[in-house]
Amino acid sequence: MEQLKTIGRELAMGSQGGFGQSKEFLDLVKSIGEARSKAEEDRIVLSEIDILKRKLLEPDIPKRKMKEYIIRLVYIEMLGHDASFGYIHAVKMTHDDNLLLKRTGYLAVTLFLNEDHDLIILIVNTIQKDLRSDNYLVVCAALNAICRLINEETIPAVLPQVVDLLNHQKEAVRKKAIMALHRFHRKSPSSVSHLISNFRKRLCDNDPGVMGATLCPLFDLITEDVSSYKDLVSSFVSILKQVTERRLPKSYDYHQMPAPFIQIKLLKIMALLGCGDKSASEIMYMVLGDLFRKCDSSTNIGNAILYECIRCISCIIPSPKLLEAAADAISKFLKSDSHNLKYMGIDGLGRLIKISPDIAEQHQLAVIDCLEDPDDTLKRKTFELLYKMTKSSNVEVIVDRMTDYMISINDNHYKTEIASRCVELAEQFAPSNQWFIQIMNKVFEHAGDLVNIKVAHNLMRLIAEGFGEDDDDADSKLRLSAVESYLQIMSEPKLPSLFLQVISWVLGEYGTADGKYSASYISGKLCDVADAYSSDETVKGYAVSALMKIYAFEIAFGRKVDVLPECQSLIEELLASHSTDLQQRAYELQALLALDARAVESILPLDASCEDIEVDKDLSFLNGYIQQAIESGAQPYISERERSCMLETTDYHSRDHHEVPSHALRFEAYERPKPSSLPTQASTELVPVPEPSYYSEAHQPISTSSVSERESSEIKLRLDGVKQKWGRPSYQSSTSASSTPPQAANGTSSHPDVGVGSSSLKPRSSYESKKPEIDPEKQRLAASLFGGSSSSRSDRKSSSGGHKPAKGTASKPPKENPIPVQPPPDLLDFGEPTATSVTATDPFKELEGLMDSSSQDGGSTDVMGVLYSDAAPVTTTTSVDSLLSELSDSSKGNPDTYQSQTSKGPNSKEALEKDALVRQMGVNPTSQNPTLFKDLLG
Amino acid sequence: MIKAVMMMNTQGKPRLAKFYDFLPVEKQQELIRSVFSVLSSRPENVSNFLEIDSLFGPDSRLVYKHYATLYFVLVFDGSENELAMLDLIQVLVETLDKCFSNVCELDIVFNYSKMHTVLDEIVFGGQVLETRSDEIMKAVEEISKLEAASNSISLVPKSVSGWRGGR
Repeated sequence: MEQLKTIGRELAMGSQGGFGQSKEFLDLVKSIGEARSKAEEDRIVLSEIDILKRKLLEPDIPKRKMKEYIIRLVYIEMLGHDASFGYIHAVKMTHDDNLLLKRTGYLAVTLFLNEDHDLIILIVNTIQKDLRSDNYLVVCAALNAICRLINEETIPAVLPQVVDLLNHQKEAVRKKAIMALHRFHRKSPSSVSHLISNFRKRLCDNDPGVMGATLCPLFDLITEDVSSYKDLVSSFVSILKQVTERRLPKSYDYHQMPAPFIQIKLLKIMALLGCGDKSASEIMYMVLGDLFRKCDSSTNIGNAILYECIRCISCIIPSPKLLEAAADAISKFLKSDSHNLKYMGIDGLGRLIKISPDIAEQHQLAVIDCLEDPDDTLKRKTFELLYKMTKSSNVEVIVDRMTDYMISINDNHYKTEIASRCVELAEQFAPSNQWFIQIMNKVFEHAGDLVNIKVAHNLMRLIAEGFGEDDDDADSKLRLSAVESYLQIMSEPKLPSLFLQVISWVLGEYGTADGKYSASYISGKLCDVADAYSSDETVKGYAVSALMKIYAFEIAFGRKVDVLPECQSLIEELLASHSTDLQQRAYELQALLALDARAVESILPLDASCEDIEVDKDLSFLNGYIQQAIESGAQPYISERERSCMLETTDYHSRDHHEVPSHALRFEAYERPKPSSLPTQASTELVPVPEPSYYSEAHQPISTSSVSERESSEIKLRLDGVKQKWGRPSYQSSTSASSTPPQAANGTSSHPDVGVGSSSLKPRSSYESKKPEIDPEKQRLAASLFGGSSSSRSDRKSSSGGHKPAKGTASKPPKENPIPVQPPPDLLDFGEPTATSVTATDPFKELEGLMDSSSQDGGSTDVMGVLYSDAAPVTTTTSVDSLLSELSDSSKGNPDTYQSQTSKGPNSKEALEKDALVRQMGVNPTSQNPTLFKDLLG
Repeated sequence: MIKAVMMMNTQGKPRLAKFYDFLPVEKQQELIRSVFSVLSSRPENVSNFLEIDSLFGPDSRLVYKHYATLYFVLVFDGSENELAMLDLIQVLVETLDKCFSNVCELDIVFNYSKMHTVLDEIVFGGQVLETRSDEIMKAVEEISKLEAASNSISLVPKSVSGWRGGR
């Protein structure tokens, strides 16, 4: 420890250590640190850029100085200035033999360049060479660079080397090689699809760190395709069990927690695998139960694991006992003083509420506290929870709260989100039409510019169509109330455009319908709108159309239309408008005014906005004309699609030619004309193979496809010469192999809404007697939020348009509270589910698989590879067993287990015996076979 | 996956920024600035989490920790655990503390490339690679030892013209 400190100090001094910087750099950093304004900072940086530009042009820069310049370039770019003039020097530096310079070069390059940058092509060769270096630090530096610099096109150039590194002796290298492969998978799944079995293989690496790293790609793979990894469920469970039982070396502990990051990744994977899968979930019960019991909730990392358990339980099909444990953990989170834990508690509650909707009730006051917390993050999370638990009984309170919050914030992004949630909830659960319109008005008034235009159209349609019932009286009342509220709101200044469009449309359609308001009153209001928002053409257009409707209805009723002077001037102004749309509308209006009642009625019939207008899409009325034209010798019309089809067929041949997979760029070394350059190569290779085709030979067994590709390109290159190298990059025929099947439905179906009918009165009153000092205001809020939970979320109506007023009076379900009758799970009987699944498979088949695989493998000790490859039929027990033995079989090697493992393939009797023994023990080899874990423990 | 690691001081000056998916410099600056403006407006004693879909796209979260004059910020997506990320910041800070014995803002500024070395040992290509600070220290020391060794050799200045293309 003391030694570390001195080293640290030494390095911090910055003079001797490898990380030291020069005085100029320190001065630069210092002056920027002291800059008092952004302008001053910019001035300093710009002058620095000038200096660097000049210095980089100087000949014969010492390498140390160059490194210094590059660090300064990186620093400048971090401050937001362009340093591209120096990129090429960073690229050059990666070629250097000196590790310090090379690493600096790589660092700079990874920060500067993106994977599609032109300069990358100059680095690929260096990366290839470095990946083969015998200095593992160089290899690590190259692997690090790969993650950022390699794109889909260059992956094949480095893939063979990376795959080789999966078996490197240093665990740090293996770990990074796995991560690099993972990165490739993320960038282009098809390029590494044939290598996925490697991840499974590395899961049984001797080093727990490598195993932990493998979980990252496996998590991604399982997210994409759950079903093909179901066989690993018990392996993951057993690894997690071993981790929690502290079988990993002490060095993996973090704050007295054994390997917490590995635990969390495992729990995430288990959540994916157990989703909607009862048998997989059952395997997990015991270890999850253990975790709840063991987790230390006093540390942050302990709580992280607890939260992950809750998340896992909310995904799998849980047992009642686990649900209870999760609920307990959540209540601990919510009661905590830490905002972080409260946040996690609210999040967990939101997840669990899907499974057992009544769980929120006991936490009502905690939730309300969070809602009133000054912490915005927590508040938003709570709104998310409320959104999830909205039902028709509490929709008014929740949406009122949401709109209040929406009005209070400035963050447009979140405002949009919460506004659309308000609209969604209001559409689904609105208890009455008046309330609905009121909420919509509020939303439009304060966030009108942010909500989707569809929302406005929905509202208009809703008002036009009414509520689907044959109750015209109710519909017209609704319209009247809408019109009244709009006439009131219109006087407010600065309304959002979208809202004004809705207002204009509704006023035009229904403003005079009830006879309460005169046409001149409404048209005056519409003119006011058009005047007040004269810069907004859409609003003006809506207003003019509304005017037109009002006049049309007047004419149709046979009343005399007297156009107000302001309307007249508006129309005249629009007749000369620059907008053709507005002009058109104005002319139409003018023409309409001159027509008689019958004609007007057929143009704009009263309250016909919902009638369908038939559009003749085929333009059949033109048929006669076409016929005539064809008869007089015109060409028949060919549709666009037909034309493109024809083009394709004629173009087919040339296209086919393009798609021949040929790499325009070759990344492996060119053949050397003479062996004179051998000495340079000798440093990186131990075996003196007489050159040319060494690399392609060495990688043949690993990726035949890429080799064959390369061979074909090799031939091509010989034919075409150098020209091809700078040719156009060819197509990469990537057939994406990843197919994501639809995820199985969440396990909620096993919990029908039986327990929902609990009386809301009881828990509340008991709470009151316990804590009399609680603010009655809050209690009322709580009661309105959580109480009356008789109608569950499932009675959400799916159709967004059809509201039924006064839904609250629906008959309540019977009051009794039938608890789902499930036998309490025997948590200790862990082995049983696995055992049953094992007996289902034929032992001889299994044996066949083993024999088969060992013969394929040619007697090598790497049985695991074949066992874990997708092809070999493997049952859960064997995989666990072999996993354990592999885990225990560390570099020192326990002779016993080693023996049993290597002889398993050929010796059928022994294998059967062993298999039987394993079945006897279940997959839980705790006390019976302690030697198995000897190495892990030691 | 971790999307970005940032360190900035309480005046909003970036001290270290690493984005695991490429972003143009201007975009990086914009993100750093807007993250800072959100962070600096948050009161004391609130949670360390932020949901920042507006800046980093859907399903992105941010965890930050405030030490003395520095903000440590991690941006990541839904496949990571918030509390665990908070501890990852702790790991980073603990490691830096060991590296520089009582790490302060100046250490971070002046040892820019070492900072990156430490960070690269912890987070690799957006995934958590190592969380044992002793192991990270060991790796970093090994690198610095080797670099120091190679450094002494290269003290003899070589000319740029001496660098050849692929070597």
